Amino acid sequence: MTPPTTCATPCPSPATKQMLKQILTSAVFAGVAAGVLAALLQLWLVVPLIMEAELFESGQRVHFAADGSPQSDRGAPSVWDEPLRHIYTIGFSAVTFTAYAFFMVAGFALATRAGHEITPRRGIVWGLCGAIAVVIAPAIGMPPELPGAIGAEVVPRQVWYLSCVVLTLIGLTQIAFDGRSRVWITAPIFLLVPHLMGAPHLDTYFGVAPAELASEFVARVMGVALISWVLLGLFAALIWTRSEEA
Amino acid sequence: MNENVQAIAQTQSKTRVDADMMGIAGAVLLGLVLLFAAGFAQASVLHDTAHDMRHAMSFPCH
Repeated sequence: MTPPTTCATPCPSPATKQMLKQILTSAVFAGVAAGVLAALLQLWLVVPLIMEAELFESGQRVHFAADGSPQSDRGAPSVWDEPLRHIYTIGFSAVTFTAYAFFMVAGFALATRAGHEITPRRGIVWGLCGAIAVVIAPAIGMPPELPGAIGAEVVPRQVWYLSCVVLTLIGLTQIAFDGRSRVWITAPIFLLVPHLMGAPHLDTYFGVAPAELASEFVARVMGVALISWVLLGLFAALIWTRSEEA
Repeated sequence: MNENVQAIAQTQSKTRVDADMMGIAGAVLLGLVLLFAAGFAQASVLHDTAHDMRHAMSFPCH
Protein backbone atom coordinates (compact mmCIF):
# COMPACT_ATOMS: atom_id res chain seq x y z
CA MET A 1 0.00 0.00 0.00
CA THR A 2 1.55 3.32 -1.03
CA PRO A 3 1.22 6.26 1.26
CA PRO A 4 -1.45 8.68 0.08
CA THR A 5 0.88 11.68 -0.19
CA THR A 6 4.53 12.34 -0.92
CA CYS A 7 4.98 15.38 1.32
CA ALA A 8 8.05 15.31 3.56
CA THR A 9 6.06 17.11 6.23
CA PRO A 10 2.36 16.43 6.76
CA CYS A 11 0.53 18.14 3.89
CA PRO A 12 -2.07 20.61 5.08
CA SER A 13 -5.42 19.13 4.11
CA PRO A 14 -7.95 21.37 2.35
CA ALA A 15 -9.90 21.48 5.61
CA THR A 16 -6.85 22.75 7.49
CA LYS A 17 -6.07 25.41 4.93
CA GLN A 18 -9.71 26.37 5.17
CA MET A 19 -9.42 26.63 8.97
CA LEU A 20 -6.28 28.80 8.80
CA LYS A 21 -7.83 31.08 6.20
CA GLN A 22 -10.98 31.28 8.27
CA ILE A 23 -9.04 32.24 11.40
CA LEU A 24 -6.92 34.87 9.64
CA THR A 25 -9.67 36.55 7.62
CA SER A 26 -12.20 36.59 10.47
CA ALA A 27 -9.69 37.98 12.96
CA VAL A 28 -8.13 40.65 10.75
CA PHE A 29 -11.29 42.01 9.12
CA ALA A 30 -13.38 41.92 12.30
CA GLY A 31 -10.53 43.31 14.43
CA VAL A 32 -9.75 46.24 12.16
CA ALA A 33 -13.42 47.11 11.60
CA ALA A 34 -14.31 46.94 15.31
CA GLY A 35 -11.07 48.74 16.26
CA VAL A 36 -11.67 51.67 13.93
CA LEU A 37 -15.30 52.02 15.04
CA ALA A 38 -14.20 51.76 18.69
CA ALA A 39 -11.63 54.51 18.09
CA LEU A 40 -14.25 56.78 16.51
CA LEU A 41 -16.51 56.26 19.54
CA GLN A 42 -13.55 56.98 21.81
CA LEU A 43 -12.61 60.14 19.90
CA TRP A 44 -16.17 61.32 20.37
CA LEU A 45 -16.80 60.29 23.98
CA VAL A 46 -13.56 59.40 25.77
CA VAL A 47 -10.54 61.18 24.27
CA PRO A 48 -11.90 64.70 24.99
CA LEU A 49 -12.05 63.74 28.68
CA ILE A 50 -8.44 62.48 28.52
CA MET A 51 -7.39 65.80 26.96
CA GLU A 52 -9.34 67.74 29.59
CA ALA A 53 -7.67 65.73 32.36
CA GLU A 54 -4.27 66.61 30.89
CA LEU A 55 -5.04 70.28 31.60
CA PHE A 56 -5.22 69.36 35.29
CA GLU A 57 -2.22 67.03 35.04
CA SER A 58 -0.07 69.83 33.58
CA GLY A 59 -1.39 72.45 35.99
CA GLN A 60 -2.98 74.62 33.27
CA ARG A 61 -6.19 74.12 35.22
CA VAL A 62 -6.36 73.71 38.99
CA HIS A 63 -9.42 72.19 40.61
CA PHE A 64 -8.32 71.68 44.20
CA ALA A 65 -7.26 75.17 45.20
CA ALA A 66 -5.10 75.82 48.24
CA ASP A 67 -7.94 77.63 50.02
CA GLY A 68 -9.87 74.34 50.16
CA SER A 69 -12.72 75.20 47.77
CA PRO A 70 -12.64 72.83 44.79
CA GLN A 71 -13.87 74.55 41.64
CA SER A 72 -12.76 74.78 38.01
CA ASP A 73 -14.05 75.46 34.50
CA ARG A 74 -15.62 72.66 32.52
CA GLY A 75 -14.78 71.94 28.89
CA ALA A 76 -12.32 69.92 26.82
CA PRO A 77 -9.85 71.11 24.18
CA SER A 78 -10.97 70.42 20.61
CA VAL A 79 -10.00 67.00 19.24
CA TRP A 80 -9.33 68.61 15.85
CA ASP A 81 -6.17 70.36 17.12
CA GLU A 82 -3.93 67.28 17.14
CA PRO A 83 -4.85 65.09 14.15
CA LEU A 84 -1.67 62.97 14.21
CA ARG A 85 -2.23 62.01 17.85
CA HIS A 86 -5.70 60.73 17.03
CA ILE A 87 -4.52 58.85 13.94
CA TYR A 88 -2.16 56.94 16.28
CA THR A 89 -5.12 56.23 18.56
CA ILE A 90 -7.15 54.85 15.66
CA GLY A 91 -4.19 52.72 14.52
CA PHE A 92 -3.48 51.28 17.96
CA SER A 93 -7.17 50.65 18.54
CA ALA A 94 -7.24 48.61 15.31
CA VAL A 95 -4.14 46.66 16.45
CA THR A 96 -5.61 46.00 19.91
CA PHE A 97 -8.96 44.83 18.57
CA THR A 98 -7.19 42.63 16.01
CA ALA A 99 -5.37 41.03 18.95
CA TYR A 100 -8.70 40.52 20.76
CA ALA A 101 -10.15 39.15 17.50
CA PHE A 102 -7.38 36.54 17.25
CA PHE A 103 -8.25 35.29 20.75
CA MET A 104 -11.96 35.30 20.01
CA VAL A 105 -11.59 33.48 16.69
CA ALA A 106 -9.25 30.92 18.28
CA GLY A 107 -12.11 30.41 20.73
CA PHE A 108 -14.56 30.03 17.84
CA ALA A 109 -12.32 27.34 16.33
CA LEU A 110 -12.08 25.45 19.64
CA ALA A 111 -15.82 25.75 20.26
CA THR A 112 -16.59 24.53 16.72
CA ARG A 113 -14.31 21.50 17.23
CA ALA A 114 -16.14 20.73 20.46
CA GLY A 115 -19.42 20.71 18.54
CA HIS A 116 -20.77 24.16 19.45
CA GLU A 117 -22.30 26.27 16.73
CA ILE A 118 -21.13 29.84 16.08
CA THR A 119 -23.84 32.23 14.90
CA PRO A 120 -23.83 36.04 14.65
CA ARG A 121 -26.22 36.26 17.63
CA ARG A 122 -23.92 34.05 19.68
CA GLY A 123 -21.04 36.22 18.50
CA ILE A 124 -22.72 39.13 20.29
CA VAL A 125 -22.75 37.10 23.53
CA TRP A 126 -19.07 36.25 22.99
CA GLY A 127 -18.46 39.99 22.63
CA LEU A 128 -20.35 40.80 25.83
CA CYS A 129 -18.26 38.21 27.70
CA GLY A 130 -15.10 39.76 26.21
CA ALA A 131 -16.08 43.18 27.52
CA ILE A 132 -16.84 41.71 30.96
CA ALA A 133 -13.47 39.91 31.09
CA VAL A 134 -11.25 42.64 29.64
CA VAL A 135 -12.83 45.85 30.94
CA ILE A 136 -15.65 45.48 33.46
CA ALA A 137 -14.24 42.83 35.82
CA PRO A 138 -10.74 44.41 36.01
CA ALA A 139 -12.39 47.82 36.58
CA ILE A 140 -13.80 46.52 39.90
CA GLY A 141 -10.23 46.34 41.22
CA MET A 142 -8.62 49.02 39.09
CA PRO A 143 -11.02 51.56 37.59
CA PRO A 144 -9.83 53.08 34.29
CA GLU A 145 -7.60 56.03 35.18
CA LEU A 146 -7.41 59.50 33.74
CA PRO A 147 -3.97 60.91 32.89
CA GLY A 148 -2.54 62.54 36.01
CA ALA A 149 -3.83 59.86 38.34
CA ILE A 150 -0.99 58.37 40.37
CA GLY A 151 -1.26 54.61 40.83
CA ALA A 152 0.83 51.79 42.26
CA GLU A 153 3.82 50.41 40.27
CA VAL A 154 2.76 49.66 36.73
CA VAL A 155 4.13 46.07 36.44
CA PRO A 156 2.26 44.61 39.46
CA ARG A 157 -0.88 46.32 38.16
CA GLN A 158 -0.37 44.78 34.71
CA VAL A 159 0.12 41.35 36.32
CA TRP A 160 -3.07 41.75 38.39
CA TYR A 161 -4.96 43.01 35.34
CA LEU A 162 -3.91 40.05 33.18
CA SER A 163 -4.60 37.54 35.98
CA CYS A 164 -8.06 39.02 36.45
CA VAL A 165 -8.76 38.80 32.69
CA VAL A 166 -7.61 35.15 32.48
CA LEU A 167 -9.46 33.99 35.63
CA THR A 168 -12.65 35.79 34.56
CA LEU A 169 -12.42 34.16 31.11
CA ILE A 170 -12.03 30.72 32.71
CA GLY A 171 -15.08 31.34 34.91
CA LEU A 172 -17.21 32.59 32.01
CA THR A 173 -16.07 29.75 29.73
CA GLN A 174 -17.08 27.20 32.36
CA ILE A 175 -20.53 28.77 32.69
CA ALA A 176 -20.94 28.85 28.89
CA PHE A 177 -19.63 25.43 27.90
CA ASP A 178 -19.21 23.10 30.88
CA GLY A 179 -22.42 21.20 31.53
CA ARG A 180 -21.36 19.65 34.84
CA SER A 181 -23.12 20.96 37.93
CA ARG A 182 -19.90 21.55 39.85
CA VAL A 183 -19.46 24.58 37.57
CA TRP A 184 -21.80 26.53 39.83
CA ILE A 185 -19.16 26.22 42.54
CA THR A 186 -15.95 26.54 40.52
CA ALA A 187 -16.98 29.36 38.14
CA PRO A 188 -17.86 31.85 40.93
CA ILE A 189 -14.52 31.01 42.56
CA PHE A 190 -12.64 31.90 39.37
CA LEU A 191 -14.69 35.08 39.01
CA LEU A 192 -14.16 36.16 42.64
CA VAL A 193 -10.52 35.21 43.31
CA PRO A 194 -8.91 38.27 41.65
CA HIS A 195 -11.12 40.57 43.71
CA LEU A 196 -10.56 38.65 46.96
CA MET A 197 -6.81 38.99 46.32
CA GLY A 198 -7.31 42.66 45.49
CA ALA A 199 -5.53 44.90 43.00
CA PRO A 200 -2.36 46.80 43.97
CA HIS A 201 -3.26 50.21 45.43
CA LEU A 202 -1.51 53.13 47.07
CA ASP A 203 -2.51 54.23 50.60
CA THR A 204 -3.06 57.81 49.47
CA TYR A 205 -5.29 59.64 46.96
CA PHE A 206 -3.42 61.88 44.55
CA GLY A 207 -6.07 62.79 41.97
CA VAL A 208 -5.85 66.34 40.59
CA ALA A 209 -8.87 66.12 38.25
CA PRO A 210 -12.44 66.80 39.42
CA ALA A 211 -14.33 63.69 40.61
CA GLU A 212 -17.06 64.43 38.04
CA LEU A 213 -14.54 64.19 35.19
CA ALA A 214 -13.11 60.90 36.47
CA SER A 215 -16.54 59.29 36.93
CA GLU A 216 -17.72 60.45 33.51
CA PHE A 217 -14.53 58.97 32.03
CA VAL A 218 -14.99 55.58 33.73
CA ALA A 219 -18.64 55.28 32.70
CA ARG A 220 -17.87 56.16 29.09
CA VAL A 221 -14.87 53.81 28.88
CA MET A 222 -17.13 50.94 29.97
CA GLY A 223 -19.98 51.93 27.66
CA VAL A 224 -17.70 52.28 24.64
CA ALA A 225 -15.98 48.98 25.52
CA LEU A 226 -19.34 47.18 25.65
CA ILE A 227 -20.42 48.52 22.26
CA SER A 228 -17.01 47.87 20.67
CA TRP A 229 -16.82 44.30 21.97
CA VAL A 230 -20.36 43.55 20.83
CA LEU A 231 -19.41 44.81 17.36
CA LEU A 232 -16.24 42.70 17.43
CA GLY A 233 -18.19 39.55 18.34
CA LEU A 234 -20.82 40.26 15.72
CA PHE A 235 -18.32 41.00 12.92
CA ALA A 236 -16.07 38.05 13.79
CA ALA A 237 -19.00 35.61 13.90
CA LEU A 238 -20.49 37.00 10.67
CA ILE A 239 -17.22 36.55 8.76
CA TRP A 240 -16.58 33.20 10.47
CA THR A 241 -19.96 31.74 9.47
CA ARG A 242 -19.71 33.18 5.92
CA SER A 243 -16.28 31.62 5.35
CA GLU A 244 -17.54 28.33 6.81
CA GLU A 245 -20.28 28.24 4.19
CA ALA A 246 -17.91 29.28 1.36
CA MET B 1 -5.97 -4.02 3.86
CA ASN B 2 -8.97 -2.69 5.66
CA GLU B 3 -6.88 -2.11 8.74
CA ASN B 4 -4.28 -0.27 6.66
CA VAL B 5 -6.90 2.04 5.20
CA GLN B 6 -8.27 2.65 8.65
CA ALA B 7 -4.81 3.37 10.01
CA ILE B 8 -4.10 5.83 7.20
CA ALA B 9 -7.46 7.50 7.70
CA GLN B 10 -6.71 7.81 11.41
CA THR B 11 -3.24 9.26 10.77
CA GLN B 12 -4.67 11.72 8.29
CA SER B 13 -7.36 12.88 10.66
CA LYS B 14 -4.80 13.14 13.45
CA THR B 15 -2.48 15.31 11.31
CA ARG B 16 -5.44 17.47 10.39
CA VAL B 17 -6.47 17.85 14.01
CA ASP B 18 -2.86 18.67 14.96
CA ALA B 19 -2.55 21.18 12.12
CA ASP B 20 -5.84 22.77 13.23
CA MET B 21 -4.40 23.08 16.73
CA MET B 22 -1.27 24.68 15.22
CA GLY B 23 -3.52 27.22 13.51
CA ILE B 24 -5.35 27.97 16.75
CA ALA B 25 -2.08 28.21 18.69
CA GLY B 26 -0.68 30.51 15.98
CA ALA B 27 -3.74 32.76 16.29
CA VAL B 28 -3.32 32.97 20.08
CA LEU B 29 0.41 33.73 19.69
CA LEU B 30 -0.26 36.49 17.14
CA GLY B 31 -2.88 37.92 19.46
CA LEU B 32 -0.43 37.94 22.37
CA VAL B 33 2.29 39.69 20.35
CA LEU B 34 -0.10 42.41 19.10
CA LEU B 35 -1.64 42.88 22.55
CA PHE B 36 1.74 43.18 24.26
CA ALA B 37 2.98 45.77 21.74
CA ALA B 38 -0.20 47.86 21.82
CA GLY B 39 -1.22 47.55 25.44
CA PHE B 40 1.66 46.58 27.70
CA ALA B 41 5.13 47.38 26.32
CA GLN B 42 6.69 50.24 28.28
CA ALA B 43 9.05 51.45 25.50
CA SER B 44 8.40 55.18 25.48
CA VAL B 45 7.65 55.50 21.76
CA LEU B 46 4.96 52.79 22.06
CA HIS B 47 3.72 54.25 25.31
CA ASP B 48 3.39 57.75 23.88
CA THR B 49 1.69 56.82 20.61
CA ALA B 50 -0.62 54.27 22.23
CA HIS B 51 -1.24 56.55 25.24
CA ASP B 52 -4.84 57.64 24.60
CA MET B 53 -5.87 54.16 23.44
CA ARG B 54 -4.38 52.61 26.60
CA HIS B 55 -6.30 54.99 28.85
CA ALA B 56 -9.48 54.60 26.80
CA MET B 57 -9.26 50.78 26.86
CA SER B 58 -8.48 50.71 30.60
CA PHE B 59 -5.04 49.14 30.36
CA PRO B 60 -2.82 49.92 33.35
CA CYS B 61 -0.83 52.72 31.67
CA HIS B 62 1.71 54.42 33.95
